[in-house]
Amino acid sequence: MAVATEERVLTGQQFMNGDVACAEGALAAGCSFFAGYPITPSTEIAERLARRLPAVGGRYVQMEDELASMAAILGASWAGAKSMTATSGPGFSLMMENIGLGMMTEVPCVVVNVQRGGPSTGLPTLVSQADVMQAKWGSHGDYEPIAYSPASPQEMFDLTVKAFNAAERYRLPVFVLGDEVVGHMTERVTIPPAAEIDIVDRKRPSAPPDDGWLPYAPDDDLIPPMACAGEGYGFHITGLTHDERGYPTGDPLVHDRLVRRLSRKIQVHANEICEVEKLHTDDAEVVVIAYGATSRAARHAVLAARERGIRAGLLRLITLWPFPRGVVKELGNTARRFVVAELNLGQIAREAERYTRLPISLVNHAGGMMLPPEVILRAIMEAEA
Amino acid sequence: MRQEVRLGGFGGQGIVLAGYILGKAAALYDGKEAVFMQSYGPEARGGACAAELIIDDEPIDYPMVSNPELLVLMSQEAFSKYGSAAAEGAQLIVDTDLVESATREDWLHDIPATRIAEELGNRMVANVIMLGFLCATTGVVSREALEESIRTTVRPGLAELNLKALARGFEYVSAGAKV
Repeated sequence: MAVATEERVLTGQQFMNGDVACAEGALAAGCSFFAGYPITPSTEIAERLARRLPAVGGRYVQMEDELASMAAILGASWAGAKSMTATSGPGFSLMMENIGLGMMTEVPCVVVNVQRGGPSTGLPTLVSQADVMQAKWGSHGDYEPIAYSPASPQEMFDLTVKAFNAAERYRLPVFVLGDEVVGHMTERVTIPPAAEIDIVDRKRPSAPPDDGWLPYAPDDDLIPPMACAGEGYGFHITGLTHDERGYPTGDPLVHDRLVRRLSRKIQVHANEICEVEKLHTDDAEVVVIAYGATSRAARHAVLAARERGIRAGLLRLITLWPFPRGVVKELGNTARRFVVAELNLGQIAREAERYTRLPISLVNHAGGMMLPPEVILRAIMEAEA
Repeated sequence: MRQEVRLGGFGGQGIVLAGYILGKAAALYDGKEAVFMQSYGPEARGGACAAELIIDDEPIDYPMVSNPELLVLMSQEAFSKYGSAAAEGAQLIVDTDLVESATREDWLHDIPATRIAEELGNRMVANVIMLGFLCATTGVVSREALEESIRTTVRPGLAELNLKALARGFEYVSAGAKV
């Protein structure tokens, strides 16, 4: 085992960019394995962990591509490690097949996507938020992902910790959907003492290894305890539809039960997973829905609207998946109109439409630049008029 | 009060590092809020390079610089691109020898930072001399904060040289340069 020569948790105030803060969040959460194929604008995450992981007794592996990166972090997780990879749109696309394997075989791990303009190689160095639906639907088959949307370097730290905890708690690959602005922006980041950081570890089997152990038998919370390689438990892992023993089966009833459970294990816990921040929403007639870097421009616009006497509010989505539908429904009862601000052609606007009958104005841009606050303010004023 | 700062020059001058040191001084040692953004593209040594910074007493929402009132410019190209377009009332801090045809003279504060750095034996510290001069001229951050930021950022072996460079930036003002 490698020897630690540096502190794992850099407690104190740091001035760091979002990518570096994400890497430090991973370390603080207990990540000991990173496999990746560096890509702008996530490269600084890999750079930081290439230096820091070996210094805290962990392992960093630069892989030949993103397919292998994703496969490697699944394997590391089965070996008991908390593992992560980081990428951007093009790499996220390449990871999709093995992300599905992680969903199907219920493997805790974290996938960071620092979004840039797409489709394809798009705008390598410039911001976008166009991978929201890819995070939901990118791999084939039905599953319910968890995706966090950080709006600052501080949240790149905090939400990476949460992503690890959610991955361990619910047994799935969890996404941190950053964006180029938040990844490359440098701000003060406060890192708490290690003892004050909440850490969740995966549920382990309560009984010793024996012939009767069922690796995919869920508890009442729909999540099966997880044994790791080398602990003496015998089990089989397959991306094929499997029964509670982990053995492949073509039985449609088993398939239906398994796929429903994979979704339901997230749906029944949606209330404890979903996070939003509300600003002036209580009496708001116009509620702006925004997330990530765009939420910073939206906050500016909402405060400017208030100064003009307009009853505007901000609903900032911290989790994109599961979508915080309850709060959108609620605000639909008190507001008159929604404005959705995002750097894509309306991915969250379309999702919000499912949960409200109020009119939604979309103020957006395909990416490459932030939405200026004035543009969002104009949309608020038009919505209010 | 929100203050926007833009630093421009060419790759290899330490423009990005200077912006980072300045932002860190404000955010960690002056008790202010600061957002630092570096230009990010296929930059290389010798190519155009810029860094942007917002310093505020209040939390900063929109992180993009639009109308910087403080510009630190270390190349003719940077001056032509940013200096000429500066808004009314901006203060332009330029390297005398590197920006030869400067308009907007009323707003100009200049220091031969690269020349002074060469006197110190290492032209790499011209960026920190510029920071000292900026700080002495505008008071955008405190000197103590800048010193602490340098100490905690540069490699330990280079701290002394950088602090000396910072002091030279301050001395240039106290020696009676037009500021």
